[in-house]
Amino acid sequence: MKQLVVISGKGGTGKTTMAASLASLARGEMVVADCDVDAPDLHLLLQPQVRETIDFLGLQAAVIDPGKCTNCGECEKACRFDAICDFTVDPAACEGCRVCTIVCPSEAVTMVDRVSGHAFVSDTRFGTMVHAELLPGEEASGKLVAMVRKLASKAAEKEDKELVIIDGSPGIGCPVIASITGTDLALVMTEPSISGVHDLERILAVTKHFGVEALVAVNKHDLNPDMTEEIGELCRDLGVDVVGRLPFDPGVVEAMVQGKTLVEVEGPVGDAIREAWGRIRMKL
Amino acid sequence: MMISVASGKGGTGKTLVTTNMAAAIGGVDLVDCDVEEPNSYLFFPDLEEKESSDCTVAIPLIDEERCTRCGQCSDFCAYNALAVFPQQVLLFQELCHGCGGCALLCPEGAISEGTRTIGKIHRARSGGVRLLWGELSVGEPMATPLIRSVKAEAKGDLVLIDSPPGTACPVIEAVRGSDFCLLVTEPTPFGLYDLSIAVQVVRGMEIPCGVVVNRSGIGDRGVYDYCERESIPILLEIPMKRQIAELTSRGVLFSSVMTEWQEKFVHLLGKIEEAAK
Repeated sequence: MKQLVVISGKGGTGKTTMAASLASLARGEMVVADCDVDAPDLHLLLQPQVRETIDFLGLQAAVIDPGKCTNCGECEKACRFDAICDFTVDPAACEGCRVCTIVCPSEAVTMVDRVSGHAFVSDTRFGTMVHAELLPGEEASGKLVAMVRKLASKAAEKEDKELVIIDGSPGIGCPVIASITGTDLALVMTEPSISGVHDLERILAVTKHFGVEALVAVNKHDLNPDMTEEIGELCRDLGVDVVGRLPFDPGVVEAMVQGKTLVEVEGPVGDAIREAWGRIRMKL
Repeated sequence: MMISVASGKGGTGKTLVTTNMAAAIGGVDLVDCDVEEPNSYLFFPDLEEKESSDCTVAIPLIDEERCTRCGQCSDFCAYNALAVFPQQVLLFQELCHGCGGCALLCPEGAISEGTRTIGKIHRARSGGVRLLWGELSVGEPMATPLIRSVKAEAKGDLVLIDSPPGTACPVIEAVRGSDFCLLVTEPTPFGLYDLSIAVQVVRGMEIPCGVVVNRSGIGDRGVYDYCERESIPILLEIPMKRQIAELTSRGVLFSSVMTEWQEKFVHLLGKIEEAAK
């Protein structure tokens, strides 16, 4: 089984529209996973029918029993995350380290599990989809990403599918690292802008750091042809193939409004994605 | 006053709004808390007084001589950052949150604390704008300590925070303590869905919020209907214009060329001050 992850560095460069289109092109042969767990949008294009829901237990949180608390303030002093104020714990700031439980002289602090989100295994018109929701403001998104990926691999194995397509999150931090480690290939989306190029350089350093082979696709390449050329040069220097150049097309948003992938509607972007898919397949 | 600019969905124009607003107003601290991909400074090519320092977090240092391999530290660690073997104790430093629990707990006093660098804090000035930004090191998972450190350096009367995308812990850290949160979205189904999660987050934190609709004219009416239903004010609309996209792609503040926008950004601040009351 192969795992292909779509990531970007900069947000809004077309990860989800690309991942959905690839899922459409590989329909019947793959399982798709939405690992952008704190801003998941893939379900808006794939309209999943949930067949299984699993609770996600994130980090534990500390709770202070006011009956036992003597207001000594030791816990507040020891907490490195500024999560305790006036003898109460701010669950949004608590990282579940339990230091407060060891410094409390009156055993007033206990740790409680908290459901920080849910993972779903669902049916879509292209095959099984695994996705998740992180409850607003919760932590441990990397842990939830790992859970989604595990469920997706399990489903692919069970259904005898050769490919898992992963829709990643923007950035280079914890959820991104959790999305790319151990995958076979990363498709990095970018756009021809000063921010796009800057962020591309950083995400390519991350894929290299974790030993994941990367390919690049440039979205809206015709918005700034000079910058697209610059991206081409950067990729040549780094030995990374540019497998797709997608034109700017207002039809992209129209397809999104209709809940369709770009290969299900007529248009130049769908054609460019089909071409890119041919090249990605060769690499896989 | 501290105003955070957040979005849920990435690429909706947080940095566009923050940078143009800062330049139009002047006399502000612009803090780029998108430490994974900081871009704000790219729009200020004439940076002066630039200096940088390392951002460090605490990590345990284990004195192997004193250590008896009792395993209490690894049992306690909530992040599985310590593994005790008969010959040595291994630290997986990227997993360590720096809580200090292992050092507190060790019965032999064999654990002291050191530091390790997770990124850099940069400071610079461009005209009336003081820029602060964090830059997370490649391969480093934890953004929140760096966000906390870079934010702590903002001292001005008016602070604009450019938040990372998403709705998870880095966003919470960036938005926390602000007097108002400006949510930048685009009028599409993706923009709407992620906006609705972001609204739940800032409401949970009891921070008043308003919306900027970027690339207005594309997509559908969903964002507008949602804002009306939820009584969230739309404070500014920036139309989908090729000129804005092209200027921004080259790293040019579009309001420096389309100068009528400077007044609109100053006006936006006035509306925020009004709404934050």
